[in-house]
Amino acid sequence: MSQLLSVRDLRVHFPTGRGGTIHAVDGVSFDIPRGQTLGIVGESGSGKTTTALAVMRLAPITSGKIDLDGIPISRIEGQELRRARPRFQMVFQDPFSSLNPRDRVGRIIRQPMDLLGLLQPPQRDARVEELLAQVGLRPELKSLYPHQFSGGQRQRIGLARALATKPDLIVFDEPVSALDVAVQAQVLNLIRRLQRETGLTYLFISHDLGVVRHVCDEIAVMYLGRIVEKASAARIFASPRHPYTQALIAAAPSLAPEHRRRGGGARLQGDPPSPVNLPPGCPFASRCPIAVNDCRSRVPTLRELAPGQAVACHLA
Amino acid sequence: MTEPVLDIRNLKVDFVTRRGVAHVLDDVSFSVAAGELLAIVGESGCGKSMTALSILGLIPSPPGRIVGGSILFQGRDLTRLRQSELRRIRGGDIAMIFQEPMTSLNPVFTCGEQIAEAVRLHQKVSPRAALARAVEMLRAVGIPEPELRARAYPHQLSGGMRQRVMIAMALSCEPRLLIADEPTTALDVTVQAQIFALLDELRQKTGTAIILITHDMGAVAEMADKVAVMYAGRIIERGPADAVLDNPGHPYTRGLLASIPRIDADPDADLPEIPGIVPALTDLGRGCAFAPRCALAVPACNAAQPHHVAMSRDHSAACIRLQANEVSA
Repeated sequence: MSQLLSVRDLRVHFPTGRGGTIHAVDGVSFDIPRGQTLGIVGESGSGKTTTALAVMRLAPITSGKIDLDGIPISRIEGQELRRARPRFQMVFQDPFSSLNPRDRVGRIIRQPMDLLGLLQPPQRDARVEELLAQVGLRPELKSLYPHQFSGGQRQRIGLARALATKPDLIVFDEPVSALDVAVQAQVLNLIRRLQRETGLTYLFISHDLGVVRHVCDEIAVMYLGRIVEKASAARIFASPRHPYTQALIAAAPSLAPEHRRRGGGARLQGDPPSPVNLPPGCPFASRCPIAVNDCRSRVPTLRELAPGQAVACHLA
Repeated sequence: MTEPVLDIRNLKVDFVTRRGVAHVLDDVSFSVAAGELLAIVGESGCGKSMTALSILGLIPSPPGRIVGGSILFQGRDLTRLRQSELRRIRGGDIAMIFQEPMTSLNPVFTCGEQIAEAVRLHQKVSPRAALARAVEMLRAVGIPEPELRARAYPHQLSGGMRQRVMIAMALSCEPRLLIADEPTTALDVTVQAQIFALLDELRQKTGTAIILITHDMGAVAEMADKVAVMYAGRIIERGPADAVLDNPGHPYTRGLLASIPRIDADPDADLPEIPGIVPALTDLGRGCAFAPRCALAVPACNAAQPHHVAMSRDHSAACIRLQANEVSA
């Protein structure tokens, strides 16, 4: 299968200003085949959003390689990067702050075409109407302002804007986490339908395991800047191998009868440690219920335990 | 059957807006007993937070006003109390924790000072004893090194720790009722599980009644004894959590449960959707507010508000299609 996106040993480090370094993303590698969806799950500070931003070239890349269909997007700049931009677009988490409140919806969706010089100007308005229809909004709504729409409709507008450049890859950063559950289902179904119809490739960031289960082919679990487990969606839920993945799945609230009134299902103590000046050894060792001495001194590398399932744990 | 700690009957709250009168709460009734956890669940704008605020007498007025019903707390009607009397109850016998612990803690005082202040507002104790109580409470909610944390400012703590501080403060005066409004929405899932475990342990230990306000049916399953589902200002279904989750009666509850992406569901099937969006409270008709989005709606649904129909003991839903026994139970 041809890989549309290929990320190798990506690192994004930020100086803290006090001489420390935040290892936001610390050696992350993955591929996404054309037409498929990779989900990245993790908690705050895991580096999942920074990974997405680095792929979009919206966060400074410290080292590593990102290739999109043969274009070395981690190394190109200026005009060259601009020419590649239409190929990869993003949908943001917050449908309220990611749309300019002063612009009418038609202009918001048209703007990527204006900025990147796509289509002849007279054709752009027709394309805007086509895009609105594609995301399930009536074309005449283009003359309204963002505040006149509900959260779910606004996320549809964000999606239409991302589709405007006919991208190969769309990066979603928590696209439904600000939405109520009934509306969330509408938007998730739309995201899936667009992929079926157009063969789009997705990088999908979420903290919600139920959501990634529903939209992703493969799932990478991140913890403190590293991928700790990566497998097909079916496999990772059926037989998670990393203790963190197991804890995450156990803690996800569920309607299943065995979850009733169990008061949480907490397996982990404490919060994730700070990504500033990481401890030596496995980043998860301080919260891991099964950690041994080796875990605190040696960093586990991601290794394939079964076909299509890779885990970074000495004990897995 | 023990006497309920809180018994709300036919509560009505109106907001007067430029676009007309909005019935923010309409005929809301429920009760919660000592040691019991009631979840109030619904989407944004359904009135679940407004229910909490009305218990505490914190409805912004104007534009809001309680226009009917009663809120009986340990036998006293809170809607008839003066502000000064309510102030004694708030933070004392009834405590509340909020969604975002960063904005509900004061950034310029230490965590210990803030808990001690709450203690001194309700109990006649010395500042030193109040501070000692604060440290004790921080220990009780599982904060490591509580003496040290009592001297920390909110920004020095993680989100999960801050929520623990809020819970410590809320519980410092041994409330009979704790209202938790989306207490884990801003937290990571592993930390959410810890906070749930803490709330569960505390209610078992202290017998505090808890009202958990949430949009998350998963949280309901994990925590609740009883659940009330709200839509457009009304309770449209209520009952024991198992009954409502396993055998939902109202088409809205059914839709809400079906639309949750589940780990154990068939990932290839589309999620069932509830079409449309929640209506504005200012333009509700005379009939069922859910009718415009409901696949089972018939003309009669628009004629009048549906009454609650009993499905089993303590389990009821407000849907006329149930009444006619056309929805399989």
